[in-house]
Amino acid sequence: MGALLFYILATVMVVATVLAITGRHPVHAIVYLVTSFFALAGIFFLLLAPLVAMFEVIIYAGAVMVLFMFVIMMLDLGHPESGVRPGWRQWFPALVLSAVILVSLLLAAGSPATAPRTGGEGVKEFATLLYGRYGVAIEIISLQLLFAVVGALYLGRRR
Amino acid sequence: MIVPLAHILILAAVIFSLGLVCVLVWRSNVIMLLIGIEIMLNAAMLVFVGGSARWGAPDGQVFALMIMAMTSAEVSLALALVVYLHRRRRTVDVDAFRELRDP
Repeated sequence: MGALLFYILATVMVVATVLAITGRHPVHAIVYLVTSFFALAGIFFLLLAPLVAMFEVIIYAGAVMVLFMFVIMMLDLGHPESGVRPGWRQWFPALVLSAVILVSLLLAAGSPATAPRTGGEGVKEFATLLYGRYGVAIEIISLQLLFAVVGALYLGRRR
Repeated sequence: MIVPLAHILILAAVIFSLGLVCVLVWRSNVIMLLIGIEIMLNAAMLVFVGGSARWGAPDGQVFALMIMAMTSAEVSLALALVVYLHRRRRTVDVDAFRELRDP
Protein backbone atom coordinates (compact mmCIF):
# COMPACT_ATOMS: atom_id res chain seq x y z
CA MET A 1 0.00 0.00 0.00
CA GLY A 2 2.69 2.46 1.02
CA ALA A 3 4.88 1.47 -1.91
CA LEU A 4 2.01 1.94 -4.38
CA LEU A 5 1.33 5.36 -2.87
CA PHE A 6 5.00 6.25 -3.23
CA TYR A 7 5.05 5.41 -6.92
CA ILE A 8 1.81 7.34 -7.55
CA LEU A 9 3.19 10.40 -5.75
CA ALA A 10 6.52 10.11 -7.59
CA THR A 11 4.71 10.05 -10.95
CA VAL A 12 2.61 13.06 -9.98
CA MET A 13 5.73 14.91 -8.88
CA VAL A 14 7.73 14.24 -12.06
CA VAL A 15 4.80 15.07 -14.37
CA ALA A 16 4.01 18.29 -12.49
CA THR A 17 7.65 19.39 -12.57
CA VAL A 18 7.93 18.68 -16.30
CA LEU A 19 4.77 20.69 -16.95
CA ALA A 20 6.12 23.49 -14.74
CA ILE A 21 9.40 23.89 -16.58
CA THR A 22 8.00 23.56 -20.11
CA GLY A 23 5.10 26.00 -19.89
CA ARG A 24 5.46 29.57 -21.02
CA HIS A 25 3.38 31.17 -18.30
CA PRO A 26 5.13 31.74 -14.93
CA VAL A 27 1.87 31.65 -12.94
CA HIS A 28 1.00 28.21 -14.31
CA ALA A 29 4.52 27.09 -13.45
CA ILE A 30 3.99 28.21 -9.85
CA VAL A 31 0.71 26.29 -9.58
CA TYR A 32 2.27 23.12 -11.03
CA LEU A 33 5.13 23.47 -8.58
CA VAL A 34 2.73 23.69 -5.66
CA THR A 35 1.24 20.40 -6.86
CA SER A 36 4.73 18.92 -7.06
CA PHE A 37 5.60 20.08 -3.55
CA PHE A 38 2.40 18.62 -2.13
CA ALA A 39 3.34 15.28 -3.69
CA LEU A 40 6.82 15.62 -2.17
CA ALA A 41 5.25 16.29 1.22
CA GLY A 42 3.30 13.05 0.85
CA ILE A 43 6.53 11.22 0.06
CA PHE A 44 8.16 12.71 3.17
CA PHE A 45 5.22 11.51 5.22
CA LEU A 46 5.63 8.01 3.80
CA LEU A 47 9.33 8.16 4.67
CA LEU A 48 8.46 8.67 8.36
CA ALA A 49 9.27 12.35 8.48
CA PRO A 50 5.94 13.97 9.34
CA LEU A 51 7.48 17.17 10.69
CA VAL A 52 9.45 17.79 7.49
CA ALA A 53 6.29 17.05 5.48
CA MET A 54 4.39 19.70 7.41
CA PHE A 55 7.17 22.23 6.98
CA GLU A 56 7.29 21.41 3.28
CA VAL A 57 3.62 22.32 2.92
CA ILE A 58 3.83 25.39 5.16
CA ILE A 59 7.14 26.88 4.01
CA TYR A 60 7.57 25.73 0.42
CA ALA A 61 4.04 25.41 -0.92
CA GLY A 62 2.84 28.20 1.32
CA ALA A 63 5.42 30.90 1.87
CA VAL A 64 8.03 30.52 -0.87
CA MET A 65 5.65 29.90 -3.76
CA VAL A 66 3.35 32.72 -2.62
CA LEU A 67 6.44 34.97 -2.53
CA PHE A 68 7.20 34.03 -6.13
CA MET A 69 3.57 34.66 -7.10
CA PHE A 70 3.69 38.00 -5.30
CA VAL A 71 6.76 39.13 -7.22
CA ILE A 72 5.27 37.99 -10.54
CA MET A 73 2.11 39.98 -9.83
CA MET A 74 4.08 43.00 -8.60
CA LEU A 75 6.36 43.16 -11.62
CA ASP A 76 3.39 42.50 -13.92
CA LEU A 77 4.96 39.53 -15.67
CA GLY A 78 1.83 37.43 -15.97
CA HIS A 79 1.08 38.01 -19.63
CA PRO A 80 1.04 34.71 -21.54
CA GLU A 81 0.87 36.37 -24.96
CA SER A 82 4.16 38.23 -24.41
CA GLY A 83 5.94 35.26 -22.91
CA VAL A 84 8.68 33.72 -25.01
CA ARG A 85 9.41 30.04 -24.99
CA PRO A 86 13.13 29.25 -25.18
CA GLY A 87 14.31 27.96 -28.53
CA TRP A 88 16.17 24.79 -29.41
CA ARG A 89 19.48 26.58 -28.90
CA GLN A 90 18.70 26.70 -25.20
CA TRP A 91 17.10 23.26 -25.04
CA PHE A 92 19.89 21.32 -26.70
CA PRO A 93 22.75 21.56 -24.10
CA ALA A 94 20.32 21.18 -21.23
CA LEU A 95 18.85 18.01 -22.69
CA VAL A 96 22.31 16.59 -23.40
CA LEU A 97 23.39 17.22 -19.80
CA SER A 98 20.27 15.70 -18.32
CA ALA A 99 20.62 12.68 -20.61
CA VAL A 100 24.15 12.19 -19.28
CA ILE A 101 22.83 12.37 -15.70
CA LEU A 102 20.03 9.89 -16.40
CA VAL A 103 22.26 7.38 -18.20
CA SER A 104 24.83 7.43 -15.40
CA LEU A 105 21.95 7.01 -12.96
CA LEU A 106 20.69 3.93 -14.77
CA LEU A 107 24.21 2.49 -14.69
CA ALA A 108 24.52 3.21 -10.98
CA ALA A 109 21.08 1.87 -10.10
CA GLY A 110 22.02 -1.64 -11.14
CA SER A 111 23.95 -2.15 -7.95
CA PRO A 112 22.09 -4.26 -5.40
CA ALA A 113 19.88 -2.88 -2.77
CA THR A 114 19.34 -2.38 0.83
CA ALA A 115 18.76 -3.97 4.16
CA PRO A 116 15.48 -3.39 5.95
CA ARG A 117 15.57 -0.62 8.44
CA THR A 118 14.89 -1.00 12.10
CA GLY A 119 12.60 1.01 14.29
CA GLY A 120 10.98 4.36 13.78
CA GLU A 121 12.21 7.76 14.83
CA GLY A 122 9.51 9.95 16.21
CA VAL A 123 9.12 13.66 16.51
CA LYS A 124 10.61 13.54 20.01
CA GLU A 125 13.97 12.15 18.87
CA PHE A 126 13.98 14.66 16.04
CA ALA A 127 13.39 17.59 18.38
CA THR A 128 15.98 16.38 20.90
CA LEU A 129 18.58 16.09 18.18
CA LEU A 130 17.61 19.42 16.65
CA TYR A 131 17.96 21.43 19.84
CA GLY A 132 20.68 19.30 21.37
CA ARG A 133 23.46 18.41 19.00
CA TYR A 134 22.51 20.91 16.29
CA GLY A 135 21.70 23.87 18.55
CA VAL A 136 24.57 25.96 17.19
CA ALA A 137 23.30 25.37 13.66
CA ILE A 138 19.88 26.69 14.71
CA GLU A 139 21.51 29.86 16.01
CA ILE A 140 23.49 30.32 12.79
CA ILE A 141 20.38 29.77 10.67
CA SER A 142 18.50 32.40 12.66
CA LEU A 143 21.36 34.85 12.15
CA GLN A 144 21.27 34.06 8.44
CA LEU A 145 17.55 34.78 8.29
CA LEU A 146 18.20 38.10 10.04
CA PHE A 147 20.85 38.98 7.43
CA ALA A 148 18.42 38.06 4.66
CA VAL A 149 15.78 40.37 6.11
CA VAL A 150 18.26 43.25 6.37
CA GLY A 151 19.54 42.65 2.84
CA ALA A 152 16.06 42.48 1.35
CA LEU A 153 15.12 45.72 3.12
CA TYR A 154 18.27 47.39 1.79
CA LEU A 155 17.66 46.22 -1.77
CA GLY A 156 13.98 47.03 -1.76
CA ARG A 157 14.04 50.58 -0.46
CA ARG A 158 13.16 53.47 -2.74
CA ARG A 159 15.83 56.02 -3.38
CA MET B 1 11.40 1.33 4.57
CA ILE B 2 8.54 1.01 2.15
CA VAL B 3 10.56 1.25 -1.06
CA PRO B 4 14.25 0.57 -1.67
CA LEU B 5 16.62 3.46 -1.28
CA ALA B 6 17.63 3.18 -4.94
CA HIS B 7 14.15 4.19 -6.07
CA ILE B 8 14.21 7.27 -3.86
CA LEU B 9 17.62 8.20 -5.25
CA ILE B 10 16.37 7.68 -8.82
CA LEU B 11 13.41 9.96 -8.16
CA ALA B 12 15.71 12.57 -6.60
CA ALA B 13 18.09 12.43 -9.56
CA VAL B 14 15.25 12.81 -12.05
CA ILE B 15 13.91 15.83 -10.15
CA PHE B 16 17.43 17.28 -9.91
CA SER B 17 18.05 16.96 -13.64
CA LEU B 18 14.67 18.58 -14.33
CA GLY B 19 15.74 21.51 -12.15
CA LEU B 20 19.08 21.66 -13.98
CA VAL B 21 17.27 21.75 -17.33
CA CYS B 22 15.06 24.55 -16.01
CA VAL B 23 18.10 26.61 -14.93
CA LEU B 24 19.92 26.07 -18.23
CA VAL B 25 16.93 26.65 -20.47
CA TRP B 26 15.13 29.63 -18.97
CA ARG B 27 17.65 32.37 -19.44
CA SER B 28 14.92 34.65 -20.69
CA ASN B 29 13.20 34.82 -17.31
CA VAL B 30 15.13 35.05 -14.07
CA ILE B 31 12.12 33.99 -11.99
CA MET B 32 11.94 30.64 -13.80
CA LEU B 33 15.69 30.29 -13.17
CA LEU B 34 15.12 30.70 -9.44
CA ILE B 35 12.33 28.13 -9.66
CA GLY B 36 14.86 25.70 -11.14
CA ILE B 37 17.11 26.25 -8.12
CA GLU B 38 14.13 25.50 -5.87
CA ILE B 39 13.50 22.23 -7.71
CA MET B 40 17.14 21.18 -7.30
CA LEU B 41 17.08 21.98 -3.56
CA ASN B 42 13.94 19.88 -3.19
CA ALA B 43 15.74 16.95 -4.77
CA ALA B 44 18.54 17.38 -2.23
CA MET B 45 16.00 17.41 0.59
CA LEU B 46 14.49 14.20 -0.75
CA VAL B 47 17.92 12.55 -0.62
CA PHE B 48 18.43 13.67 2.99
CA VAL B 49 15.04 12.40 4.15
CA GLY B 50 15.44 9.16 2.23
CA GLY B 51 18.78 8.54 3.93
CA SER B 52 17.23 9.37 7.28
CA ALA B 53 14.53 6.76 6.70
CA ARG B 54 17.03 4.22 5.43
CA TRP B 55 19.41 4.34 8.37
CA GLY B 56 16.86 5.21 11.04
CA ALA B 57 18.61 8.37 12.19
CA PRO B 58 16.81 11.72 12.33
CA ASP B 59 19.90 13.72 11.33
CA GLY B 60 18.75 13.82 7.72
CA GLN B 61 15.47 15.40 8.73
CA VAL B 62 17.38 18.06 10.67
CA PHE B 63 19.40 18.88 7.59
CA ALA B 64 16.24 18.97 5.45
CA LEU B 65 14.99 21.60 7.87
CA MET B 66 18.28 23.51 7.52
CA ILE B 67 17.94 23.42 3.72
CA MET B 68 14.42 24.79 4.05
CA ALA B 69 15.56 27.72 6.23
CA MET B 70 18.49 28.39 3.89
CA THR B 71 16.14 28.36 0.90
CA SER B 72 13.73 30.84 2.43
CA ALA B 73 16.60 33.25 3.14
CA GLU B 74 17.98 32.77 -0.38
CA VAL B 75 14.61 33.27 -2.05
CA SER B 76 13.86 36.46 -0.16
CA LEU B 77 17.22 37.98 -1.09
CA ALA B 78 17.06 36.78 -4.71
CA LEU B 79 13.56 38.11 -5.25
CA ALA B 80 14.58 41.45 -3.73
CA LEU B 81 17.42 41.49 -6.28
CA VAL B 82 14.95 40.69 -9.07
CA VAL B 83 12.73 43.59 -8.02
CA TYR B 84 15.76 45.89 -7.88
CA LEU B 85 16.99 44.86 -11.34
CA HIS B 86 13.53 45.14 -12.81
CA ARG B 87 13.27 48.65 -11.40
CA ARG B 88 16.54 49.60 -13.12
CA ARG B 89 16.11 47.92 -16.50
CA ARG B 90 12.41 47.10 -16.93
CA THR B 91 13.21 43.51 -17.86
CA VAL B 92 13.82 40.14 -16.26
CA ASP B 93 15.92 38.73 -19.11
CA VAL B 94 19.21 37.43 -17.74
CA ASP B 95 21.04 38.28 -20.96
CA ALA B 96 20.23 41.96 -20.38
CA PHE B 97 22.48 42.00 -17.31
CA ARG B 98 25.76 41.01 -18.87
CA GLU B 99 28.00 43.99 -18.11
CA LEU B 100 29.92 41.96 -15.59
CA ARG B 101 30.97 39.52 -18.30
CA ASP B 102 31.53 41.75 -21.31
CA PRO B 103 34.67 43.88 -21.10
